[in-house]
Amino acid sequence: MIEIKIKLNGKMITEQIDPDLLLIDFVRNHNCYSVKRGCETSNCGLCTVLMDDTPVLSCSMLAARADGHEVKTLEGLQEEASSFVGFIADQGADQCGFCNPGFVMNTIALLRENPDPTDDEIRAFLAGNLCRCSGYEGQLRGIRAYLDSRKQ
Amino acid sequence: MVTIQKYVKVLSLDEAYELNQNKNNCIIGGMLWLKMGNKNISTAIDLCNLGLDTIEESDDEFSIGAMVTLRQLENHAGLNSFTNDAIRSSVKDIVGVQFRNMATVGGSIWSRFGFSDVLTMFMAMDSYVQLYKGGLIPLKDFAKMDYDKDILVRLIVKKTPGKYIYKASRAQRTDFPVIACALSMINGKYQLAVGARPNKAVLTIDADNILAGGINEESAKAFARFAADNTPAFSNSRASGEYRTHLIEVLTYRCLMEMGGLE
Ligand SMILES: Cc1cc2nc3c(=O)[nH]c(=O)nc-3n(C[C@H](O)[C@H](O)[C@H](O)COP(=O)(O)OP(=O)(O)OC[C@H]3O[C@@H](n4cnc5c(N)ncnc54)[C@H](O)[C@@H]3O)c2cc1C
Ligand code: FES
Ligand code: FES
Repeated sequence: MIEIKIKLNGKMITEQIDPDLLLIDFVRNHNCYSVKRGCETSNCGLCTVLMDDTPVLSCSMLAARADGHEVKTLEGLQEEASSFVGFIADQGADQCGFCNPGFVMNTIALLRENPDPTDDEIRAFLAGNLCRCSGYEGQLRGIRAYLDSRKQ
Repeated sequence: MVTIQKYVKVLSLDEAYELNQNKNNCIIGGMLWLKMGNKNISTAIDLCNLGLDTIEESDDEFSIGAMVTLRQLENHAGLNSFTNDAIRSSVKDIVGVQFRNMATVGGSIWSRFGFSDVLTMFMAMDSYVQLYKGGLIPLKDFAKMDYDKDILVRLIVKKTPGKYIYKASRAQRTDFPVIACALSMINGKYQLAVGARPNKAVLTIDADNILAGGINEESAKAFARFAADNTPAFSNSRASGEYRTHLIEVLTYRCLMEMGGLE
Protein backbone atom coordinates (compact mmCIF):
# COMPACT_ATOMS: atom_id res chain seq x y z
CA MET A 1 0.00 0.00 0.00
CA ILE A 2 1.12 3.57 -0.62
CA GLU A 3 -0.17 6.83 0.71
CA ILE A 4 -1.48 9.44 -1.72
CA LYS A 5 -2.94 12.90 -1.32
CA ILE A 6 -5.33 14.07 -4.01
CA LYS A 7 -7.52 17.17 -4.00
CA LEU A 8 -10.74 15.82 -5.46
CA ASN A 9 -13.37 18.42 -6.38
CA GLY A 10 -11.88 20.81 -3.85
CA LYS A 11 -11.62 18.31 -0.98
CA MET A 12 -8.21 17.04 0.12
CA ILE A 13 -8.17 13.26 0.44
CA THR A 14 -5.32 11.29 2.01
CA GLU A 15 -5.58 7.57 1.50
CA GLN A 16 -3.65 4.30 1.47
CA ILE A 17 -4.08 2.67 -1.93
CA ASP A 18 -2.81 -0.31 -3.90
CA PRO A 19 -0.09 0.78 -6.35
CA ASP A 20 -2.13 -0.37 -9.34
CA LEU A 21 -5.35 1.39 -8.37
CA LEU A 22 -6.57 3.35 -11.38
CA LEU A 23 -7.70 6.95 -11.04
CA ILE A 24 -11.17 5.98 -12.32
CA ASP A 25 -11.62 3.59 -9.39
CA PHE A 26 -10.27 6.14 -6.93
CA VAL A 27 -12.78 8.81 -7.99
CA ARG A 28 -15.67 6.33 -8.14
CA ASN A 29 -14.75 5.10 -4.64
CA HIS A 30 -15.34 8.72 -3.66
CA ASN A 31 -18.84 8.81 -5.16
CA CYS A 32 -17.94 10.46 -8.45
CA TYR A 33 -20.17 8.19 -10.50
CA SER A 34 -20.28 10.50 -13.51
CA VAL A 35 -16.88 8.98 -14.38
CA LYS A 36 -17.59 5.74 -16.19
CA ARG A 37 -15.80 2.92 -17.96
CA GLY A 38 -16.45 2.71 -21.67
CA CYS A 39 -13.70 1.10 -23.70
CA GLU A 40 -10.92 0.83 -21.12
CA THR A 41 -8.46 0.99 -24.01
CA SER A 42 -7.95 4.78 -23.93
CA ASN A 43 -10.13 5.31 -26.97
CA CYS A 44 -13.55 6.61 -25.97
CA GLY A 45 -13.04 9.56 -23.59
CA LEU A 46 -15.92 8.53 -21.33
CA CYS A 47 -13.65 8.45 -18.27
CA THR A 48 -12.32 12.02 -18.79
CA VAL A 49 -11.40 13.97 -15.65
CA LEU A 50 -9.40 17.17 -15.29
CA MET A 51 -6.05 16.83 -13.58
CA ASP A 52 -4.64 20.26 -12.76
CA ASP A 53 -7.20 21.54 -15.27
CA THR A 54 -5.91 19.28 -18.06
CA PRO A 55 -8.25 16.61 -19.48
CA VAL A 56 -6.90 13.08 -19.02
CA LEU A 57 -8.29 9.54 -19.23
CA SER A 58 -8.82 8.23 -15.71
CA CYS A 59 -9.14 4.63 -16.99
CA SER A 60 -5.48 4.69 -17.98
CA MET A 61 -3.89 6.73 -15.22
CA LEU A 62 -2.65 5.35 -11.94
CA ALA A 63 -4.09 7.06 -8.88
CA ALA A 64 -0.48 7.07 -7.66
CA ARG A 65 0.49 9.31 -10.61
CA ALA A 66 -2.22 11.77 -9.54
CA ASP A 67 -0.69 12.00 -6.04
CA GLY A 68 -0.10 15.66 -5.16
CA HIS A 69 -2.41 16.88 -7.92
CA GLU A 70 -5.89 18.34 -8.15
CA VAL A 71 -8.56 16.22 -9.85
CA LYS A 72 -11.97 17.44 -10.93
CA THR A 73 -14.93 15.43 -12.15
CA LEU A 74 -18.32 16.57 -13.40
CA GLU A 75 -19.57 16.46 -9.80
CA GLY A 76 -17.28 19.39 -9.03
CA LEU A 77 -17.97 21.33 -12.21
CA GLN A 78 -21.77 21.43 -12.24
CA GLU A 79 -21.99 25.20 -12.46
CA GLU A 80 -19.55 25.52 -15.36
CA ALA A 81 -21.27 22.65 -17.19
CA SER A 82 -24.74 24.08 -16.64
CA SER A 83 -23.92 27.05 -18.87
CA PHE A 84 -23.90 24.89 -22.02
CA VAL A 85 -25.44 21.45 -21.40
CA GLY A 86 -28.96 22.77 -21.95
CA PHE A 87 -27.99 23.81 -25.47
CA ILE A 88 -26.81 20.26 -26.22
CA ALA A 89 -30.03 18.81 -24.76
CA ASP A 90 -32.10 21.26 -26.83
CA GLN A 91 -30.62 19.75 -29.99
CA GLY A 92 -31.67 16.26 -28.85
CA ALA A 93 -28.01 15.37 -29.25
CA ASP A 94 -27.96 12.53 -26.75
CA GLN A 95 -29.78 9.28 -27.30
CA CYS A 96 -28.70 6.90 -24.54
CA GLY A 97 -26.63 9.65 -22.91
CA PHE A 98 -23.84 7.31 -21.81
CA CYS A 99 -21.14 9.38 -23.53
CA ASN A 100 -22.43 12.67 -22.16
CA PRO A 101 -20.26 13.11 -19.02
CA GLY A 102 -17.06 12.60 -21.03
CA PHE A 103 -18.25 15.03 -23.71
CA VAL A 104 -19.17 17.63 -21.12
CA MET A 105 -15.83 17.32 -19.31
CA ASN A 106 -13.86 17.69 -22.51
CA THR A 107 -16.05 20.56 -23.70
CA ILE A 108 -15.24 22.36 -20.45
CA ALA A 109 -11.53 21.83 -21.19
CA LEU A 110 -12.00 23.04 -24.79
CA LEU A 111 -13.83 26.22 -23.83
CA ARG A 112 -11.28 27.07 -21.16
CA GLU A 113 -8.44 26.69 -23.66
CA ASN A 114 -10.22 28.20 -26.62
CA PRO A 115 -13.32 30.24 -25.67
CA ASP A 116 -14.37 30.86 -29.27
CA PRO A 117 -13.55 27.73 -31.29
CA THR A 118 -14.45 27.16 -34.93
CA ASP A 119 -16.49 24.07 -35.83
CA ASP A 120 -13.30 22.34 -37.01
CA GLU A 121 -11.55 23.18 -33.75
CA ILE A 122 -14.51 21.73 -31.81
CA ARG A 123 -14.40 18.55 -33.90
CA ALA A 124 -10.64 18.23 -33.42
CA PHE A 125 -10.75 18.76 -29.65
CA LEU A 126 -13.64 16.35 -29.14
CA ALA A 127 -12.34 13.69 -31.55
CA GLY A 128 -11.34 11.46 -28.63
CA ASN A 129 -14.91 11.34 -27.29
CA LEU A 130 -16.82 8.55 -28.98
CA CYS A 131 -20.59 8.36 -29.19
CA ARG A 132 -22.16 5.13 -30.44
CA CYS A 133 -25.67 6.51 -30.90
CA SER A 134 -25.52 9.93 -32.49
CA GLY A 135 -23.58 11.22 -35.46
CA TYR A 136 -21.86 13.95 -33.40
CA GLU A 137 -23.73 16.64 -35.33
CA GLY A 138 -26.20 17.25 -32.50
CA GLN A 139 -23.43 17.86 -29.98
CA LEU A 140 -21.69 20.18 -32.43
CA ARG A 141 -24.92 22.11 -33.06
CA GLY A 142 -25.49 22.41 -29.32
CA ILE A 143 -22.03 23.82 -28.64
CA ARG A 144 -22.36 26.16 -31.63
CA ALA A 145 -25.76 27.38 -30.35
CA TYR A 146 -24.21 28.05 -26.94
CA LEU A 147 -21.28 29.97 -28.48
CA ASP A 148 -23.64 31.99 -30.68
CA SER A 149 -25.87 32.81 -27.69
CA ARG A 150 -22.87 34.29 -25.89
CA LYS A 151 -22.26 36.67 -28.74
CA GLN A 152 -25.80 38.05 -28.74
CA MET B 1 -4.83 -6.28 -16.98
CA VAL B 2 -1.57 -4.94 -15.69
CA THR B 3 -0.72 -5.50 -12.02
CA ILE B 4 1.81 -3.53 -9.99
CA GLN B 5 3.24 -4.62 -6.66
CA LYS B 6 5.29 -1.54 -5.88
CA TYR B 7 5.35 1.98 -7.29
CA VAL B 8 8.36 4.29 -7.01
CA LYS B 9 8.70 7.90 -8.08
CA VAL B 10 12.46 7.79 -8.48
CA LEU B 11 14.68 10.66 -7.38
CA SER B 12 17.46 10.10 -9.90
CA LEU B 13 18.13 8.42 -13.23
CA ASP B 14 20.67 6.27 -11.47
CA GLU B 15 17.98 4.91 -9.15
CA ALA B 16 15.68 4.38 -12.15
CA TYR B 17 18.37 2.53 -14.07
CA GLU B 18 19.28 0.27 -11.13
CA LEU B 19 15.64 -0.63 -10.53
CA ASN B 20 15.06 -1.21 -14.24
CA GLN B 21 17.74 -3.93 -14.39
CA ASN B 22 15.35 -6.34 -12.67
CA LYS B 23 13.42 -7.98 -15.49
CA ASN B 24 10.14 -7.76 -13.59
CA ASN B 25 10.42 -4.02 -13.10
CA CYS B 26 9.32 -1.51 -15.67
CA ILE B 27 9.53 2.19 -16.51
CA ILE B 28 6.13 3.77 -16.93
CA GLY B 29 5.56 6.67 -19.29
CA GLY B 30 1.97 7.64 -20.03
CA MET B 31 1.10 3.98 -19.32
CA LEU B 32 -1.37 3.92 -22.19
CA TRP B 33 0.32 1.10 -24.02
CA LEU B 34 1.41 -0.80 -20.94
CA LYS B 35 -2.12 -0.72 -19.61
CA MET B 36 -3.37 -2.71 -22.62
CA GLY B 37 -1.12 -5.66 -21.78
CA ASN B 38 -1.06 -8.26 -19.03
CA LYS B 39 2.25 -7.51 -17.38
CA ASN B 40 2.79 -8.33 -13.72
CA ILE B 41 5.11 -5.51 -12.74
CA SER B 42 7.09 -5.88 -9.51
CA THR B 43 8.15 -2.25 -9.36
CA ALA B 44 6.72 0.47 -11.58
CA ILE B 45 9.38 3.10 -12.07
CA ASP B 46 7.93 6.57 -12.50
CA LEU B 47 10.23 9.26 -13.94
CA CYS B 48 7.71 12.05 -13.30
CA ASN B 49 9.82 13.84 -10.67
CA LEU B 50 13.00 14.12 -12.73
CA GLY B 51 12.14 17.28 -14.64
CA LEU B 52 11.94 15.39 -17.93
CA ASP B 53 8.62 16.98 -18.84
CA THR B 54 9.96 20.04 -20.65
CA ILE B 55 11.03 20.97 -24.17
CA GLU B 56 14.16 23.10 -24.10
CA GLU B 57 15.06 25.15 -27.13
CA SER B 58 18.51 26.57 -27.79
CA ASP B 59 20.05 28.16 -30.88
CA ASP B 60 21.00 24.80 -32.37
CA GLU B 61 18.64 22.17 -30.97
CA PHE B 62 15.42 21.14 -29.25
CA SER B 63 15.90 18.91 -26.24
CA ILE B 64 12.68 17.02 -25.51
CA GLY B 65 12.40 15.23 -22.15
CA ALA B 66 11.15 11.63 -22.10
CA MET B 67 8.08 12.62 -20.07
CA VAL B 68 6.99 15.36 -22.47
CA THR B 69 3.51 14.54 -23.75
CA LEU B 70 2.40 14.39 -27.37
CA ARG B 71 0.13 17.35 -26.66
CA GLN B 72 3.14 19.40 -25.61
CA LEU B 73 4.74 18.59 -28.98
CA GLU B 74 1.52 19.64 -30.70
CA ASN B 75 1.38 22.98 -28.92
CA HIS B 76 5.07 23.89 -28.85
CA ALA B 77 5.50 27.15 -30.75
CA GLY B 78 9.24 26.68 -31.43
CA LEU B 79 8.98 23.11 -32.76
CA ASN B 80 6.02 23.96 -34.93
CA SER B 81 7.44 27.11 -36.40
CA PHE B 82 10.71 25.27 -37.11
CA THR B 83 8.83 22.48 -38.93
CA ASN B 84 6.10 24.61 -40.45
CA ASP B 85 3.56 22.69 -38.31
CA ALA B 86 4.73 19.25 -39.46
CA ILE B 87 5.11 18.13 -35.82
CA ARG B 88 1.53 19.18 -35.07
CA SER B 89 0.31 17.33 -38.16
CA SER B 90 2.10 14.17 -37.10
CA VAL B 91 0.41 13.90 -33.69
CA LYS B 92 -2.93 15.64 -34.14
CA ASP B 93 -4.88 12.49 -35.02
CA ILE B 94 -3.41 10.25 -32.34
CA VAL B 95 -6.62 9.29 -30.51
CA GLY B 96 -7.81 12.46 -28.71
CA VAL B 97 -6.63 15.45 -26.71
CA GLN B 98 -6.98 13.60 -23.39
CA PHE B 99 -4.86 10.74 -24.74
CA ARG B 100 -2.18 13.10 -26.05
CA ASN B 101 -2.08 14.80 -22.66
CA MET B 102 -0.84 11.47 -21.28
CA ALA B 103 1.15 9.64 -23.98
CA THR B 104 4.84 10.46 -23.63
CA VAL B 105 7.63 11.00 -26.12
CA GLY B 106 9.75 8.52 -24.13
CA GLY B 107 7.14 5.75 -24.31
CA SER B 108 6.46 6.46 -27.98
CA ILE B 109 10.06 6.51 -29.19
CA TRP B 110 11.25 3.72 -26.88
CA SER B 111 8.54 1.38 -28.12
CA ARG B 112 9.51 1.84 -31.78
CA PHE B 113 6.01 0.83 -32.87
CA GLY B 114 5.52 0.05 -36.54
CA PHE B 115 2.45 2.29 -36.64
CA SER B 116 4.13 5.20 -34.89
CA ASP B 117 3.48 8.65 -36.30
CA VAL B 118 5.94 10.01 -33.74
CA LEU B 119 8.85 7.78 -34.77
CA THR B 120 8.15 8.45 -38.45
CA MET B 121 8.15 12.23 -37.98
CA PHE B 122 11.35 12.39 -35.97
CA MET B 123 13.14 9.88 -38.25
CA ALA B 124 12.90 12.43 -41.03
CA MET B 125 14.59 15.05 -38.84
CA ASP B 126 18.14 15.31 -37.58
CA SER B 127 17.20 13.48 -34.34
CA TYR B 128 19.08 11.59 -31.64
CA VAL B 129 18.06 9.70 -28.53
CA GLN B 130 19.91 10.35 -25.30
CA LEU B 131 20.06 7.00 -23.50
CA TYR B 132 21.13 6.88 -19.87
CA LYS B 133 23.87 4.26 -20.45
CA GLY B 134 24.00 4.12 -24.22
CA GLY B 135 24.65 7.83 -24.77
CA LEU B 136 23.63 9.80 -27.82
CA ILE B 137 22.49 7.65 -30.77
CA PRO B 138 21.00 8.76 -34.09
CA LEU B 139 17.29 7.94 -34.05
CA LYS B 140 17.52 6.00 -37.30
CA ASP B 141 20.06 3.65 -35.66
CA PHE B 142 18.08 3.42 -32.42
CA ALA B 143 15.03 2.38 -34.42
CA LYS B 144 16.91 -0.76 -35.52
CA MET B 145 18.30 -1.68 -32.09
CA ASP B 146 16.91 -4.50 -29.93
CA TYR B 147 14.99 -3.63 -26.78
CA ASP B 148 17.19 -3.59 -23.69
CA LYS B 149 16.96 -2.21 -20.14
CA ASP B 150 18.40 1.25 -20.78
CA ILE B 151 16.39 4.44 -20.24
CA LEU B 152 15.48 6.99 -22.87
CA VAL B 153 16.21 10.30 -21.19
CA ARG B 154 15.71 12.87 -23.94
CA LEU B 155 15.09 13.18 -27.65
CA ILE B 156 17.42 15.71 -29.24
CA VAL B 157 16.41 17.37 -32.49
CA LYS B 158 19.06 19.46 -34.21
CA LYS B 159 17.96 22.69 -35.81
CA THR B 160 19.70 21.79 -39.03
CA PRO B 161 18.17 24.13 -41.61
CA GLY B 162 15.52 22.30 -43.56
CA LYS B 163 11.93 21.88 -44.59
CA TYR B 164 9.49 19.31 -43.23
CA ILE B 165 6.10 17.97 -44.29
CA TYR B 166 4.04 15.22 -42.67
CA LYS B 167 1.12 13.35 -44.18
CA ALA B 168 -0.60 10.17 -43.06
CA SER B 169 -3.61 8.23 -44.20
CA ARG B 170 -6.12 6.81 -41.73
CA ALA B 171 -9.32 4.86 -42.32
CA GLN B 172 -10.80 7.32 -39.87
CA ARG B 173 -9.55 10.09 -37.60
CA THR B 174 -8.17 8.72 -34.27
CA ASP B 175 -7.47 5.26 -35.76
CA PHE B 176 -3.92 3.97 -36.32
CA PRO B 177 -2.40 5.25 -39.56
CA VAL B 178 -2.54 2.98 -42.62
CA ILE B 179 0.59 4.68 -43.88
CA ALA B 180 2.62 7.60 -42.51
CA CYS B 181 5.04 9.75 -44.53
CA ALA B 182 7.43 12.43 -43.32
CA LEU B 183 9.44 14.24 -45.97
CA SER B 184 12.39 16.43 -45.16
CA MET B 185 14.94 18.46 -47.04
CA ILE B 186 17.94 18.96 -44.79
CA ASN B 187 21.02 20.77 -46.04
CA GLY B 188 19.65 20.44 -49.56
CA LYS B 189 19.19 16.63 -49.24
CA TYR B 190 15.76 15.04 -49.46
CA GLN B 191 14.74 12.07 -47.35
CA LEU B 192 11.47 10.33 -46.74
CA ALA B 193 10.52 8.38 -43.62
CA VAL B 194 7.65 5.94 -44.12
CA GLY B 195 5.99 4.28 -41.15
CA ALA B 196 2.93 2.08 -40.60
CA ARG B 197 4.05 -0.03 -43.60
CA PRO B 198 2.81 -1.64 -41.22
CA ASN B 199 6.35 -2.22 -40.02
CA LYS B 200 8.63 0.28 -38.33
CA ALA B 201 9.53 3.48 -40.13
CA VAL B 202 12.39 3.34 -42.65
CA LEU B 203 14.21 6.11 -44.46
CA THR B 204 14.48 6.43 -48.21
CA ILE B 205 17.04 8.90 -49.52
CA ASP B 206 17.18 10.45 -52.93
CA ALA B 207 19.95 8.06 -54.02
CA ASP B 208 19.39 8.71 -57.73
CA ASN B 209 19.44 12.51 -57.29
CA ILE B 210 15.99 12.75 -58.81
CA LEU B 211 15.35 15.98 -56.94
CA ALA B 212 18.82 17.48 -57.46
CA GLY B 213 17.41 20.04 -59.87
CA GLY B 214 14.64 21.02 -57.45
CA ILE B 215 10.98 20.11 -57.17
CA ASN B 216 8.75 20.31 -60.21
CA GLU B 217 5.81 18.18 -61.23
CA GLU B 218 7.99 15.76 -63.14
CA SER B 219 10.67 15.28 -60.47
CA ALA B 220 7.98 14.99 -57.78
CA LYS B 221 6.28 12.21 -59.76
CA ALA B 222 9.58 10.45 -60.36
CA PHE B 223 10.67 10.58 -56.71
CA ALA B 224 7.21 9.45 -55.56
CA ARG B 225 7.51 6.42 -57.86
CA PHE B 226 11.05 5.78 -56.64
CA ALA B 227 9.88 5.93 -52.99
CA ALA B 228 6.99 3.55 -53.66
CA ASP B 229 9.32 1.10 -55.43
CA ASN B 230 11.96 1.23 -52.73
CA THR B 231 9.88 1.18 -49.52
CA PRO B 232 8.75 -2.31 -48.61
CA ALA B 233 5.07 -2.36 -47.64
CA PHE B 234 3.07 -5.32 -46.35
CA SER B 235 -0.48 -6.38 -45.67
CA ASN B 236 -2.33 -6.53 -42.38
CA SER B 237 -5.94 -6.18 -41.27
CA ARG B 238 -5.90 -2.44 -42.01
CA ALA B 239 -4.72 -2.51 -45.62
CA SER B 240 -2.97 -4.60 -48.25
CA GLY B 241 0.67 -4.08 -49.14
CA GLU B 242 -0.38 -3.09 -52.64
CA TYR B 243 -2.67 -0.36 -51.33
CA ARG B 244 0.04 0.90 -49.01
CA THR B 245 2.51 1.10 -51.90
CA HIS B 246 -0.06 3.13 -53.82
CA LEU B 247 -0.53 5.45 -50.82
CA ILE B 248 3.23 5.96 -50.46
CA GLU B 249 3.38 7.20 -54.05
CA VAL B 250 0.37 9.50 -53.62
CA LEU B 251 1.42 10.97 -50.26
CA THR B 252 5.06 11.43 -51.29
CA TYR B 253 3.94 13.33 -54.38
CA ARG B 254 1.66 15.53 -52.28
CA CYS B 255 4.41 16.15 -49.72
CA LEU B 256 6.80 17.21 -52.48
CA MET B 257 4.29 19.47 -54.21
CA GLU B 258 3.53 21.15 -50.91
CA MET B 259 7.19 21.49 -50.04
CA GLY B 260 7.89 22.98 -53.45
CA GLY B 261 5.02 25.44 -53.05
CA LEU B 262 3.40 23.95 -56.16
CA GLU B 263 0.05 23.02 -54.64
C1 LIG C 1 -5.36 2.92 -28.20
C2 LIG C 1 -4.05 3.46 -28.69
C3 LIG C 1 -3.98 4.09 -29.92
C4 LIG C 1 -2.75 4.61 -30.38
N1 LIG C 1 -2.72 5.21 -31.61
C5 LIG C 1 -1.53 5.72 -32.06
C6 LIG C 1 -1.42 6.36 -33.33
O1 LIG C 1 -2.39 6.46 -34.08
N2 LIG C 1 -0.22 6.85 -33.70
C7 LIG C 1 0.89 6.75 -32.90
O2 LIG C 1 1.96 7.24 -33.27
N3 LIG C 1 0.81 6.16 -31.69
C8 LIG C 1 -0.36 5.63 -31.26
N4 LIG C 1 -0.41 5.00 -30.05
C9 LIG C 1 0.83 4.90 -29.25
C10 LIG C 1 0.90 6.06 -28.29
O3 LIG C 1 0.99 7.29 -29.01
C11 LIG C 1 2.15 5.96 -27.40
O4 LIG C 1 3.27 5.88 -28.22
C12 LIG C 1 2.11 4.74 -26.51
O5 LIG C 1 0.97 4.77 -25.71
C13 LIG C 1 3.36 4.65 -25.61
O6 LIG C 1 3.51 5.82 -24.88
P1 LIG C 1 3.23 5.84 -23.31
O7 LIG C 1 3.72 7.14 -22.79
O8 LIG C 1 1.81 5.50 -23.04
O9 LIG C 1 4.20 4.68 -22.80
P2 LIG C 1 4.00 3.47 -21.79
O10 LIG C 1 2.78 2.65 -22.14
O11 LIG C 1 4.06 3.99 -20.40
O12 LIG C 1 5.33 2.66 -22.07
C14 LIG C 1 5.51 1.95 -23.28
C15 LIG C 1 6.83 1.16 -23.19
O13 LIG C 1 7.93 2.05 -23.19
C16 LIG C 1 8.73 1.87 -22.00
N5 LIG C 1 9.17 3.21 -21.62
C17 LIG C 1 8.40 4.30 -21.40
N6 LIG C 1 9.17 5.38 -21.17
C18 LIG C 1 10.46 4.96 -21.24
C19 LIG C 1 11.72 5.60 -21.10
N7 LIG C 1 11.82 6.91 -20.86
N8 LIG C 1 12.85 4.85 -21.22
C20 LIG C 1 12.76 3.52 -21.47
N9 LIG C 1 11.60 2.86 -21.61
C21 LIG C 1 10.46 3.57 -21.52
C22 LIG C 1 7.81 1.19 -21.01
O14 LIG C 1 8.54 0.43 -20.06
C23 LIG C 1 6.97 0.33 -21.92
O15 LIG C 1 7.64 -0.84 -22.25
C24 LIG C 1 -1.60 4.46 -29.58
C25 LIG C 1 -1.67 3.82 -28.34
C26 LIG C 1 -2.87 3.33 -27.88
C27 LIG C 1 -2.92 2.68 -26.53
S1 FES D 1 -12.90 4.19 -20.65
FE1 FES D 1 -11.21 5.53 -20.62
S2 FES D 1 -11.01 6.07 -22.69
FE2 FES D 1 -12.66 4.67 -22.76
S1 FES E 1 -25.73 9.13 -26.86
FE1 FES E 1 -25.39 7.01 -26.65
S2 FES E 1 -23.23 6.84 -26.69
FE2 FES E 1 -23.57 8.93 -27.10
